[in-house]
Parts: sequence; structure tokens; C-alpha cells
Amino acid sequence: MTEPSFQVAAPRSTPVANPLFEYLLRLGDDRLVLGHRLSEWCGHGPILEEDIALSNMALDLIGHASSLLALAGEIEGQGRDADALAYFREAVTFRNALLVEIPNGDFAVTIVRQFLFDAYSVLLWDALSRCEHEGLAAIAAKSLKEDKYHLRHSSEWVVRLGDGTDESRARAQQALDTLWRFTGELFDHDAVDDAVAAEAFIAIDHDALHSLWLTMVKDVVQRATLTLPTDAAMRRGGRRGFHTESLGHMLATMQIVARSHPGASW
Amino acid sequence: MLSPDEVYGVLNSVMDPEVPVISVVELGIVRDVAILNDAVTITITPTYSGCPAMREIEADIRTALVARGVHDVSVKLVLSPAWTTDWIGPEAREKLRAYGIAPPGRAEPQGLITLTRSRVAVPCPFCRSNDTRLQSEFGSTACKAIHVCNSCRQPFDEFKAL
Repeated sequence: MTEPSFQVAAPRSTPVANPLFEYLLRLGDDRLVLGHRLSEWCGHGPILEEDIALSNMALDLIGHASSLLALAGEIEGQGRDADALAYFREAVTFRNALLVEIPNGDFAVTIVRQFLFDAYSVLLWDALSRCEHEGLAAIAAKSLKEDKYHLRHSSEWVVRLGDGTDESRARAQQALDTLWRFTGELFDHDAVDDAVAAEAFIAIDHDALHSLWLTMVKDVVQRATLTLPTDAAMRRGGRRGFHTESLGHMLATMQIVARSHPGASW
Repeated sequence: MLSPDEVYGVLNSVMDPEVPVISVVELGIVRDVAILNDAVTITITPTYSGCPAMREIEADIRTALVARGVHDVSVKLVLSPAWTTDWIGPEAREKLRAYGIAPPGRAEPQGLITLTRSRVAVPCPFCRSNDTRLQSEFGSTACKAIHVCNSCRQPFDEFKAL
């Protein structure tokens, strides 16, 4: 464990100093935050099987985050390891999309959020597993296998909830309507994406990814007899460190042990 | 100094801490053994990305080799090529079955998938019946799912194909 280091977000006008580091933080933080959110269900699942499922998926996601943040730390070259990046950064330096930090809500919110993210993640890993950055391609190929299992699980639940009872259907539709506004950000393309394409040969076509994602989501939403929201007022900001208030609360819980006992081992 | 075969012999005695009937070699996670003078480097690959047993396995490998007089041991972790249950051989599969864990089926091809999976009944490791049902897609460890046998009424773990 390296010494804790605290930093605030860079001013907006500053060009991205280390785009590959920034890019890996985005990938790593998405999974770290969602993994922590899922772990909050441990011991609270609606049924025993689902308690185990959500905890297992949390474990996989935190594993992916660990690999990604370790690689980010290497690229940064400041001696920060995965733990330093996970536990000793403030909310404003987190680069996760807003979708993954949205509180768990009821089971429908958790499952719909998971499905929307899984579909995105599987498509992204498939593309990244063929990228020219060897380290990232290896993480992508490995994570893809695990996320495919998650996607089947979450998509089956979306169908079951949507095409279930009046209550589960209403909650699933409500969850979809609430979360939809956070999906646009997943497919944003900015200077960081341009820079990693130029410098590290990580070129993701976000428009193509978005259209594949939409096809997949539409198919499941239709099978779930739910209605795809048409509200296009997308919320964004996570990739630049502008988060909802709930991220800070989540990080306080997630980081308290590491910060109270820096460098502890057991 | 041990020969590569002898090192593999030692590694064959290091059991998976979660499934203590098959060794780390049988599990397919030992990717390379390199010996240079007195130093031994073992390259392993994780089963699941978040598998908490990996740290345990690394320590167990080190302990086993130190016990055989090898003091300069490095354990290196690689992610590529990604681990697959197809690397678990027929003998190890039989050991899993005898232990009460249904061995993994064939892993899916790389790349994208259809969302609706074709479910093939997993044969019961106890009575070999095919009349079984999936109870839970996730189980006691990242690598397992839970099924129930309709014939002998026994719940059992399945080593998930990956």
C-alpha cells in the first residue's frame, strides 16, 4: 500500500495529461462502484439465491476493477496501486458513469441497472478484447466471459419482472423510466477517447456500440412486455468527476476501513 | 535443484483450497514453470477475476516449494490466455464427480452470445440421473452453480463451464 494521496479534479480547460490512465480509471471506477453497490445487497437479497447471485457478481466486478486499477496505477507511474486508487481518492476524482452509482432502490432498480450496464459492458469488452493494448485486451477477454454470465442473469430477471405480476411489472417499468436518463453517458465520446485511439490504439466506435446496445436492450424490453422510455434528456458528468450526491455517501462507507487503518494487512 | 518435472510433481500436491480434491495443475491454472539456477518462477492464471482463493493458492505454492528446499520462488500472475474449464482434464473431472461436484460442460465459444441460453440438464454426480433442475445460477464460490436432482433428491454443485 502506498501513502494516501488526495487530489482534486483538474480544471476543465486543462488538456488530459495522461489519457490512458484516465481511460482505465473510467473502466475501473464503473466496476468498482457497481461492485460495491451490489455488495450492499449481501444479507439483504429478496431470496437466498439472489443474495448469492448479487454477491457473486459484485465479486467479479471488484475483481475486474482490481485488474483495471492496478494497470491504471502502472500507467500513471506515481506508485499508486489498485488499493490506493480505490480507497484514497475523493468523489470528484472518480470517473465512473452516473448510472452505476445510483442507489440500489428496490430489486427492480438493481436488476434493471445491472441489465443496462451488463449489456454495455459485454459489448465493450468484446471490442476491447481485440484492441492493440495487450494488457487491456487481456483484462477484456477475461472479464467478457464473466460478464456474459451476468448479462444472461440480469436479462432473464428483467423479463421475469416485466412479464410477471402487476406489482413487479410496475416496478420494473418505473426502474427503466428512472434509469434511462443515465444511459446516454455510457456512449459519450470525448478527448480522452480520441487520445487513447491515437496513442494506445484503443479505438472504440461509440456510435456502433450504442446501436448494438440498443438492439439488445430493445429485444429484452420487448420480451419483458415493458415500454422503452422516449425521454431523451440525458444526465451526464461522471466521466469528468461531476457526480450525484450519493457517490460521496457510498465512498464514505467503502473507504472508511482503509482510511482508518492505512497500510493494514491481515 | 529440482527438475521441471519434479516442480510439477510438487505443484500436483498443491490442492485448490475451495475444491481440495484437484490440484492447481489439474485445475489448469499453472501456465508455466521456469527454472534459472536456484530460482523457480511459477506462472499462474486466475480462475475468476475476483477469486479470493488466488492469494491462498500463491502462498500454498510457495510453502510447498520451500518445503522441498527451493527458497527462491516467484509466483507470477498472467491474465492471457483467459482461463477456461476446458483445461480441466478427464481424470480431474472424475475426481470432481466423486467429490459430489458435477464437472463442467464444454465452454462456450469466444465472443458474443445469445441471451436465451439452451439449458442442458446437468447429470447428478451422485446417481448419474439426467433428471435434474437448476436451483441457483450462482453458488458457494464464483466457479459453482447449484442444482437439485429430481431422482435422488440430492442438491449438488456444478462446476460452471467458463
